[in-house]
Amino acid sequence: MTTAVSGRKRRFGAGSLTVATWILAILFVFPLLWMILTAFKQESDAYTDPPKLFFSPTFDQISGVLKGGFLPYLANSAFVTVVSTLLVLLLGIPAAYALSLAPVKKTKNALSFFLSTKMLPIVAAIIPLYVISQNTNLLDTVWALIILYTSMNLPLAIWMMRSFFLEVPGEMIEAAHIDGANLPTLLRKIIMPVVAPGVAATALICVIFSWTEFFYAVNLTAARAGTVPVFLVGFITSEGLYWAQLSAAALLASLPVMIVGWFAQNHLVRGLSMGAVK
Amino acid sequence: MSTISVPAGTAPATTRPATTKKKATGTAGKRRLPLLPALIFVVAVTQIPFLLTIYYSFQSWNLVRPGSFHFVGFQNYADVFTDSTFLGALLNTVVLTVVCVFLSLLLGLGLAILLDRKFVGRGFVRTLLITPFLILPAAGALLWKTTMFDPTYGLLHFVFGTDVDWLSQFPLAAVMAQIIWQWTPFMMLLTLAGLQSQPKDVLEAASVDGAGRWRTFVSITLPHLSRFLQLATLLGAIYIVNSFDAIFLMTQGGPGTASTNLPFYIYQRAFEGFDIGQSSAMGVVVVIITMIVATFALRLMFRAFSVDGGTK
Repeated sequence: MTTAVSGRKRRFGAGSLTVATWILAILFVFPLLWMILTAFKQESDAYTDPPKLFFSPTFDQISGVLKGGFLPYLANSAFVTVVSTLLVLLLGIPAAYALSLAPVKKTKNALSFFLSTKMLPIVAAIIPLYVISQNTNLLDTVWALIILYTSMNLPLAIWMMRSFFLEVPGEMIEAAHIDGANLPTLLRKIIMPVVAPGVAATALICVIFSWTEFFYAVNLTAARAGTVPVFLVGFITSEGLYWAQLSAAALLASLPVMIVGWFAQNHLVRGLSMGAVK
Repeated sequence: MSTISVPAGTAPATTRPATTKKKATGTAGKRRLPLLPALIFVVAVTQIPFLLTIYYSFQSWNLVRPGSFHFVGFQNYADVFTDSTFLGALLNTVVLTVVCVFLSLLLGLGLAILLDRKFVGRGFVRTLLITPFLILPAAGALLWKTTMFDPTYGLLHFVFGTDVDWLSQFPLAAVMAQIIWQWTPFMMLLTLAGLQSQPKDVLEAASVDGAGRWRTFVSITLPHLSRFLQLATLLGAIYIVNSFDAIFLMTQGGPGTASTNLPFYIYQRAFEGFDIGQSSAMGVVVVIITMIVATFALRLMFRAFSVDGGTK
């Protein structure tokens, strides 16, 4: 009897907590939902007081943005993001290996050096970077961004991947050594399967940070190598603030990373927690 | 970090105790090899520009005054410390970073706790909550500036019925609201990862022993979460201290200098004032301040990690 009552009470409590969670979540993302709605409005429906929730949707804004020169920026962003992420993995995986499974001397020093570079404010280096990229003809090219994004993400990637490498069970490596496995076999058969989710999560974080990076992109590129955030800036300064079109552009600019992130979120959570779960 | 990993690294050496000293140094060199490309790359890309910044900071160099390039010693530095805008920007940066990190961490923790239960539509709700982190900060900033904060057509005007022009009356708070909104999902993700990695048997044992929810949270969950929370704080602080998008796109540091932070001010001096010497000196000062703060933060983190590794 008493257990039934307390059970119902608990269920009721859990139910209201669920409702509260839903309400909180919807409130929290409301600015985004509003952006998506606005992207399908005519400009006249975008500025109203009170704001319009119901209207006849249109694809005018989306197609307007696509026709308005958005695609080259999208292509630049995609290229820069993919190449810099691959470079991060190429440089970062061996480094993470060296700092975890075959630790070099002064591992802590190397680790804190990497992290310390993230603490240097990027503004402190932007002027020389501007001068250097101008002198090397890299200004307003995707290569300047690729180099900078790689160095921007590499320290974090090494830190993340190191913690995944540390989760490889030592006994397994030892056993493989005794069986006479060489390094490539060891990597392929024992290490990679364990660290793969972590590497994927790391790559995802690099993709997000590269795609959304603003400061370098705005200062070191223009029309030729501009990435998606640069498009957004140019968009408002040249055409004024058209809310519906701006929302359409913001939606299109964010969509690729949003989709990748939605599909890979389990990976991301599991990847971030793997260091502790093992 | 993990006790198991220690034998992993030394295993080859212990299985072959006969290894000579010569061979050991040889393997040490070989071991360093995989680290070198990353190390060289990062040193080249981050340290060389910074050395140039130091060099420029001792020059008087304004791009709009031709022939102004000459050595001035510590003059630029003296100017930095008497520049009230710089000091204001420093204060704004500290307030912005501390408030944003703290509030987004708190909100992220709250949301993560709500998500760490089984309920209808959990996956969907988590997807919703992650999304602000996935949209471009530039898009987020423009969105908040227009559809949220606009005094006539903005949603805040509609909800609160006031004609407050948030961006000119409360510029720093408005910028911080956007940054907190953007970073809460990241904090939530990290905390959620921590919550889900809690050993279930310990939690069960606690409930068998009759520990209440609050007691369990304080004595088991929070200590377990501490290194996730510290990591979130550190990463959040690193990115938020460099906030530029929101200020550049929402307020341009204004009105006046009310919402100017250090990144934006240095940018302004360099790319709008063309004062390379002056802005370089500011950059160096910022680096020195950051390094002092970061040394403490890093030491704290290593201590946390090693304590945690020892108890696990």
